Amino acid sequence: MIEGQPFFDVGWLLDNLDQLARRIGEHLLVTVIAVVVGFVLSFALALLIRRYPPLYAPVLALSGVLYAIPSIALFVLFIPITGLSLLTAEIALVSYTLVILVRNIVTGLRGVPADVIEAATGMGFSPGEKLWRVEFPIALPIIVAGVRIATVTTIGLVTIATLTGLGGLGYLIVNIGIQRRFPTATITGVLTVVILSTLVDIGLVALQRRLTPWSRARGG
Amino acid sequence: MSSSPDPSAGRAGAVVALEHVTKTYARGSAPAVDDLSLTVPAGEICVLVGPSGCGKTTTMKMINRLIEPTSGRITIDGDDVSAIPAVELRRQIGYVIQQVGLFPHLTIGDNVAVVPRLLRWPAPRIRARVDELLELVGLDPGTDRGRYPAALSGGERQRVGVARALAADPPVMLMDEPFGAVDPIRRDRLQNEFLRLQAQVRKTIVFVTHDVDEAIKMADRIAILQRGGILAQYDTPDTILANPASEFVERFVGADRGLKRLSLGRVRDVPMLEPVLVHVGEDRADARRRLALTDELDYALVVDDRERPLGWIDAGDLAGSGPIPAEAATPGAPTVEPESTLRDALSAMLGSSVQLGVVVDDRDRVVGLISVDAIGEVLRAPVRGADGPLHPVDGAAS
Repeated sequence: MIEGQPFFDVGWLLDNLDQLARRIGEHLLVTVIAVVVGFVLSFALALLIRRYPPLYAPVLALSGVLYAIPSIALFVLFIPITGLSLLTAEIALVSYTLVILVRNIVTGLRGVPADVIEAATGMGFSPGEKLWRVEFPIALPIIVAGVRIATVTTIGLVTIATLTGLGGLGYLIVNIGIQRRFPTATITGVLTVVILSTLVDIGLVALQRRLTPWSRARGG
Repeated sequence: MSSSPDPSAGRAGAVVALEHVTKTYARGSAPAVDDLSLTVPAGEICVLVGPSGCGKTTTMKMINRLIEPTSGRITIDGDDVSAIPAVELRRQIGYVIQQVGLFPHLTIGDNVAVVPRLLRWPAPRIRARVDELLELVGLDPGTDRGRYPAALSGGERQRVGVARALAADPPVMLMDEPFGAVDPIRRDRLQNEFLRLQAQVRKTIVFVTHDVDEAIKMADRIAILQRGGILAQYDTPDTILANPASEFVERFVGADRGLKRLSLGRVRDVPMLEPVLVHVGEDRADARRRLALTDELDYALVVDDRERPLGWIDAGDLAGSGPIPAEAATPGAPTVEPESTLRDALSAMLGSSVQLGVVVDDRDRVVGLISVDAIGEVLRAPVRGADGPLHPVDGAAS
């Protein structure tokens, strides 16, 4: 902290609202790419596991190992291969989402009651119709719960992914706040990450309630 | 296929035939179903019943190809089901299971609309069909259409399950212990409702249960299977109860099969006795003379001016002369209706002092008397066929 500087410089914040907006945009973009790619991969893995159940344990173990590697280490590990790029960040971020998403998608699909599946088969649903019209919608609350955890986790991790030169809110916290000893930027960055996570989570809950009105129908 | 709003004008049942059907799950193991042949006539309820492991559910599931037979042929109205793609075949066969299996994420209306949507019916037709079916099974389309299954009682869910199976007006329905998960009182009501519904829609129904009493109540024909999927007897409930084909069948239907037959027979099937009717206010001497003319009865029946029964009176009470007051009748003549089961009639008669039932019409007017002896006579001699008329026992049952 530089002598004579206020702890929180409101003037700086007001002068830099456009940068803040840009950083939020960068942050969200990296997050969305990671979650969407992670979801597609996880869904494919979950379908594979559904088909070949013995795969579940090894897939979970492998994604668990990936999850256990400290994020900074994983970024650093990939920099020699993929350079300081978006790809480096996304490889790491996507690997972190896998363990959460695969587990929730598999659990969700396995939680569809056997009698419902039997009824669907007996009434003439093709395997594809059964997956998309019966199993997926019924598994949705558990799948969305996984997406919420994955998204909030990723928003936090993207802050660290600043190391790979992506910008985002980590740029405010590290590159401006810490490197230039300017706490206002750090505080702004940290608070924005917290608010962003909370808002996105609330948004996903709202989305889930819209998509699954039936899950609250009990006793009605 | 009909788009008429009257469900009774829909597609009637089709003949379902199994020819030498065998199912062996693993090579070399004992078959689950062994060389089974039976034909279910169009519009009838065939109940598959037997102990667990008798292959009744396997047999049912081979009809809509949830299980493929190892050998043999199954036809619906002459068409070999193995020649029809499984998904297409199943959309033409109603399917009801014990746990119902309603889709929790769809409203009641959307649950019923499932098969019509798979068949790509136009939306207005689906809407009309859903409302018609909800009404048919005793639900209110207005309030129930938009509810979710979680909000329904077990009985309501079961009704929705039946409506859903009927949605595309399939000629054949398969029902796997459909009333097994509801309590006995509700089960009885659902069974009665279903029988009334079936009288309207006349589908061919293959119904699986392990409960002999349910089989006797629901079936036009019962197929009794024994372990290893061997058909022990296939006949009308009455024939099976009167002439069990083997010791196994006899044991399976129970030692009280005579009593069980009572719930099959109706009062109208039993020859009635002509009562001696005595009107209130009639002269005692007249009545006494008329009672003396019959040697079948020791009692006259006192009726009011609209021929409604008041009670019994015997020769001693008719001594002397003068008008008979209403109070002279000994109350307690059990009344039964021609539609009452013999079981209910007998139960009412055994509980009264004079063991005669007074058969009354829908305005409570006396039409005749029924005696315990006459019921016994019916149980001893002939066997009723599925379609009503009495026919003699044809030796050993098939």
